[in-house]
Amino acid sequence: MSHTVTRPLARRNRSVPYVMVAPFVLVFAVFFLVPIGIAVVQSLHGTERSGLLGRPQDVFVGLGNYAEVFADPSFHSGLLRVLGYVGLTIPVMLVLSAGFALALDSAVVRLRRFHRLTFFLPYAIPVVVATLIWGFFYQPKFSPIAAAFEAFGISAPNLLEGAPLLGSIANVAVWQWTGYNMIILVAALQAVPPSVYEAARLDGCGELALALRIKLPLLVPALLLAFIFSLIGAFQLFNEPAVLRPLSSSVTADYTPNVYAYSKAFTDAQPGYAAAIAVVLALATFVFSFVFLRAGQRKGAL
Amino acid sequence: MKRLPVQIVLMVASVYFLLPLAWVVVNATKGSDDLFSAVGFAPGERFALFGNLAELGAYQHGLFWRWMLNSVVYAGAGAAVATLLAALAGYAMAKYTFRGSRTLSVLILGAVLVPTTALALPLYFLMADLGLDNTPLAVILPSCVSPIGVYLARIYATSSVPDAVMDAARVDGVGEYRMFFTVAARLMSPALVTIFLFQFVAVWNNFFLPLVMLNDRALYPVTLGLVDWNATPPSSGNVIYHLVVTGALVSIVPLVAAFLLLQRHWRSGLAAGSVTL
Repeated sequence: MSHTVTRPLARRNRSVPYVMVAPFVLVFAVFFLVPIGIAVVQSLHGTERSGLLGRPQDVFVGLGNYAEVFADPSFHSGLLRVLGYVGLTIPVMLVLSAGFALALDSAVVRLRRFHRLTFFLPYAIPVVVATLIWGFFYQPKFSPIAAAFEAFGISAPNLLEGAPLLGSIANVAVWQWTGYNMIILVAALQAVPPSVYEAARLDGCGELALALRIKLPLLVPALLLAFIFSLIGAFQLFNEPAVLRPLSSSVTADYTPNVYAYSKAFTDAQPGYAAAIAVVLALATFVFSFVFLRAGQRKGAL
Repeated sequence: MKRLPVQIVLMVASVYFLLPLAWVVVNATKGSDDLFSAVGFAPGERFALFGNLAELGAYQHGLFWRWMLNSVVYAGAGAAVATLLAALAGYAMAKYTFRGSRTLSVLILGAVLVPTTALALPLYFLMADLGLDNTPLAVILPSCVSPIGVYLARIYATSSVPDAVMDAARVDGVGEYRMFFTVAARLMSPALVTIFLFQFVAVWNNFFLPLVMLNDRALYPVTLGLVDWNATPPSSGNVIYHLVVTGALVSIVPLVAAFLLLQRHWRSGLAAGSVTL
């Protein structure tokens, strides 16, 4: 190693790294850390009215909002629904993206570029626009799905009401994110040195065995990451129900915790309660993802 | 190796992923009458795409194009600033040792796990206090923060900006700041394109933040505007479905084009960042 490599920065240059991180740190503090602080402070306050026409007043209620959130059946049902959504989307999405990634990484499959692009394309569509489009697929008067059912003389299920609605929402998420996760897995596979595969092929390993026995285990860290990010996204479910709300009477004001927080803040003018919901949700998400991340690191997967 | 079943499954999957996009393309060519009579993929009686586009541009005094412009400005400004800040911070963390560097990386990793929607409500209260709610800055400023961008820039700088190159530049008398802009930024360019593109998509797609921040319809980004059209029938009665469909098609063209054109760049940047965390 040459002398210059280990030489510390000249005295007048000591400030360089600080100056370089300063703009990010400033913006990060103001628009990321401060809002977290505001949410916490706000969640400790409630709104009280003295009499029917009295001005609403901000009063300190301590952990009162939290106690209410934890006992609130609306919060419970929203959380349960989100867990159901997690169960519907994440396994399907991860299995599909891993399967597609392995298939497209295999030397024997044709049209790989075409498939890779079409699978990824939905990621470039805004969630809101994707939901609008799928919304047209679900509305009986426009629906090609309903038309297909009727062609067979079966009455089509209403995809926008009741239990099927959650499946319809899950479908939008799977459509949108499978290709994105697949691209990340493909990138992870391409980072593996080809010599690993050559050695396996020399040992008489077929393409299928290669995919399942060698490539799949190599994908575990990337899959775990995809799982964690999907979990974070799923807990925040808001956009799809918000967009489908005008089309469906099943999307209630407490459909998911995030929808509930929004309506508490803007419809019911209870910002303190909304903040408590947001804090509980963020904490739950953080704890969940942190636990999985740690478990992965301990197992040596990350 | 059974190839055929795999090929068939992939084909079916491609059809599934393309179907909604094909539906938008077909249905943007139908007038409001045909949209109801010719359901699904059946073509309409007349080809109305250009009529729809003209009506879309003229409706409510050209509000749609205003929305598109807003989206471009919000996403472009947010992504450009976020990329610059992330590149500087990531590069500094990768290439210099300084006090607080470790704390910062722990904070950033933690921030990646904090859902951004949880920040939207408190951000609204902050913006209202600053008197910035219902202004473009309320959407742009929070979009300038990309913790994952810093993370990606740091990984990429570690692997793609060799110490030897930096030392050679120092010997030539290049200052540390000029070195970032002339040497490092160029070496990091695949990562920078990736950070920019993904932040651009994130801002373009964001719905919750503008929904919370903006009241004035003239300030809406195109996502919020289309949802607004889809939800509220104009005073004349029916929801303007044909304009919603045509608007949806127009709104997805820029991003799809950007992803197709910049494929080589973002794929290599993504490959570098996705492997480890």
